[in-house]
Amino acid sequence: MNNLFASIMGWVDSRLPVTEAYEKHMSKYYAPKNFNFWYFFGVLSMVMLVNQILTGVWLTMQFTPSAEAAFASVEYIMRDVEWGWLIRYMHSTGATFFFIAVYLHMMRAILYGSYQKPRELIWIFGMLIYLALMAEAFMGYVLPWGQMSYWGAQVIISLFSVMPYGDVLTEWIRGDFLISGATLNRFFALHVVAVPLVILGLVVVHLLALHEVGSNNPDGVDIKKLKDENGKPLDGVPFHPYYTVHDLVGIVVFLMVFCTVLFFFPEGNGFMLEYANFEPANGLKTPAHIAPVWYFGAFYAILRAVPDKLFGVIAMGAAIAVLFVLPWLDRSPVRSWRYKGWASKLYIVIFGFNFVLLTWLGTQPATVTLTKVAQVASVIYFGFFAFLLIAPKIEKTKPVPERVTGGH
Amino acid sequence: MSQDGVNKGRRTLLIGATAGVGAVGAVSLAVPFVGSWMPSEKAKAAGAPAKVDVSKVEAGAMLTAEWRGKPVYVARRTEESLATLSTLAGRLKDPENTKKEQQPEYADNEYRSRKPELIVLLGVCTHLGCAPKYFPEVQPEQFDANWQGGWFCPCHGSRFDLAGRVYTGSPASDNLVVPPYYFESDNVIVIGEDEVKA
Repeated sequence: MNNLFASIMGWVDSRLPVTEAYEKHMSKYYAPKNFNFWYFFGVLSMVMLVNQILTGVWLTMQFTPSAEAAFASVEYIMRDVEWGWLIRYMHSTGATFFFIAVYLHMMRAILYGSYQKPRELIWIFGMLIYLALMAEAFMGYVLPWGQMSYWGAQVIISLFSVMPYGDVLTEWIRGDFLISGATLNRFFALHVVAVPLVILGLVVVHLLALHEVGSNNPDGVDIKKLKDENGKPLDGVPFHPYYTVHDLVGIVVFLMVFCTVLFFFPEGNGFMLEYANFEPANGLKTPAHIAPVWYFGAFYAILRAVPDKLFGVIAMGAAIAVLFVLPWLDRSPVRSWRYKGWASKLYIVIFGFNFVLLTWLGTQPATVTLTKVAQVASVIYFGFFAFLLIAPKIEKTKPVPERVTGGH
Repeated sequence: MSQDGVNKGRRTLLIGATAGVGAVGAVSLAVPFVGSWMPSEKAKAAGAPAKVDVSKVEAGAMLTAEWRGKPVYVARRTEESLATLSTLAGRLKDPENTKKEQQPEYADNEYRSRKPELIVLLGVCTHLGCAPKYFPEVQPEQFDANWQGGWFCPCHGSRFDLAGRVYTGSPASDNLVVPPYYFESDNVIVIGEDEVKA
């Protein structure tokens, strides 16, 4: 039996390097042994990506992408299609959990300096995935053609009107002089075909770049420096079976939380499926309180905090763009926050909570007080990146150990 | 393969020419793909002027008409609110209608309208395109303690006075657009044209 298997694998391997790829990326990919809680969120993002693709394909089978029929076809999925409600809620709740996983995954990189040399490209590919994911989520939210779909699209597409030739550009994006069926139809094509292909391609290069340089870890120690007599990193363990089994536990716990929300709070109290979206799109009436779904809240709050159209859009764009150059802003000689000074540690924690605050602000009505809070929070957000530039000059780092700490 | 006897100049020229023709081909091919995103002939055709009976709009009230799929606000202002307009200049970004494209020539006046009491505005916020809500009462509002009546955009909190002029501190930078319109009779306006087409 083993001989037969070996000879089949030999036949395949001489035509396609299956075993070689398996060893490179799984059984002989040495990951640091001291991964902690934060290291679950990469694989969890992958799980949610699979969930979105699977449920998305099924939704496509019942959804009708036209201004006249889209809203009704979503109702049809929810009421008449066998298990349709479950598949749709898996998709809509999946978007939320995808973003939770991605945000925590990004926070992990900030905590442990995972974007620092030589992992700049991994970070950039990751940011491109994040950008594509935001486009994907935005266009997906337009498809049910409810009030929030319509007015959300109106606002987001209007952002492009500040660019040169803005009017022509927004007409080109909409395919009409206002948001219409033409817009819905092309967003469907992009949401279902084009952007998912881009995301999948980016995920592949994200992982290839990661496996080229190896994973970072909570200590920011390079485990490739110290190897045993066989050339294996002393502080590394093979990804399979050690981390595959380890991640399985994280996946199960994550899916338990996912299922709790999916079955008991599928609307997320208006943060995931907004109440205004249960009303069909009406181009003459903006809902009284228009807010983005929670995962865009932070950038929306920054947009709103600036009392000028052009500069608001620039601030919003800059809030995302500045993340791309993060590897070159952080001049610290150490990667992990564990070995940075107290000021850095404090600001990293503030940055994290400040992002949560901005996210919340973006979902609230724009009152005078909240606008002021959003302005302060925006300054704190951008201040973090300015602080990274000067931190090495004003604080001392602790010595980084030779080997990783913790882990067994 | 041996490099002997290779005419490198010719090879460079051929590679350059091939790449150049390929690039021209790729750009040409992009034209229909990019172009197909522009508004279709059908979309362009749907832009007829809209006729609105304004006789039922009482002082202080507003009606929403539809023109090219967009909301158009027609509001009748009271004597008091017309008098307030001239006192607001210090709180507005552009009280003097300096941006000519925001209103037709005949609305480029103190009231931004053909007839002082009747204001016609495109209900599209000049910030990011939401439909601002009508708050005609002079009373303290959550978004403005010194509110003098006007429109408030629920999306990003832009505030406009009863002539559609934007308040300072709003994310919007321009006044609301006055669409082209004319009075067909005392009670009927036509939105979408500046005058009767012969």
